[in-house]
Amino acid sequence: MATIPEGFIIPDFGPTTSSASPTAQVSGSATPAHAGPRKMAFICSKGNLDMAYPALIMGNAALGEGIEVHIFFTFWGLDIIHKKTNRNLKFTLSGNTAMHMPDLGRLRPGLEHVSMPQSLGNLPGMTSFATRMMKQQMADLDIPDVPDFLDMISAAGAHLYACKLTFDMMKLIEADLHPGVEGVISATDFIEISEGAQIVFV
Amino acid sequence: MPTNTLGGRSFEVNDEGFLTRRDDWSEELAVDLAALIDLELTDAHWAALRFMRKDTEGGTPTPTLRRMQTVGGFDIKELYRLFPGKPAKKMAWLAGLPKPVGCV
Repeated sequence: MATIPEGFIIPDFGPTTSSASPTAQVSGSATPAHAGPRKMAFICSKGNLDMAYPALIMGNAALGEGIEVHIFFTFWGLDIIHKKTNRNLKFTLSGNTAMHMPDLGRLRPGLEHVSMPQSLGNLPGMTSFATRMMKQQMADLDIPDVPDFLDMISAAGAHLYACKLTFDMMKLIEADLHPGVEGVISATDFIEISEGAQIVFV
Repeated sequence: MPTNTLGGRSFEVNDEGFLTRRDDWSEELAVDLAALIDLELTDAHWAALRFMRKDTEGGTPTPTLRRMQTVGGFDIKELYRLFPGKPAKKMAWLAGLPKPVGCV
């Protein structure tokens, strides 16, 4: 490896480059900092379309930064890695008061910030309509759909696990899981695996 | 803006070390930069870097890994193997482009 000249500014590429500066030492903290390389663990507990993306997007970003990523799918989150459901995750207006219609602003300025009435969410067909719209908006930004996203992060080295308790409870079979899933593991297993990780619960 | 000097060439970079003027870049410079991060550029590396240079000719943002896959036809796993650790950042830096800003 060539030596980096004096005063040369080089991006932080992590431990693979000699420019990597040791991470700031946590001083005065009661809990000892994890000594190893940075690691992140996500827990996906929800199966709505809009709740599938946070962990996938952040996990993908973390992988791109050279961070070790583990994702644990539990309860309704299992729908994200189940091959018979993950292509058809839904988005609903019901219970979501942050739902706005940008187009309404053209009718009268300010209307685009108004919450959609909750009763609209219960109209027949509204969930499929809202789902279709969200999928279209995602596709416009070239964000992969859920199965493709799983392929992508598996290729990037993400470790995916299904929760054993809910897997048994829902009577699933392993053949139905996305091939990137490494195993069906218990909560204790996950706690062991995620030692030293920053944990994000979705 | 700081200036980096490498092998007799000087070029302006931003605070993180990414080239600020894409025209300062040359393939010879990429080879020298790659040596700094312990990479030897093979044809596979060049295919990715050349695609990125071409893709951004019109002033479009630095491609993300997703765009490398969908538009360039590159395999994500392969890119992680070729540019280990932080592939998108390493590729952008070697291709003399700004750090990629896209989320996916």
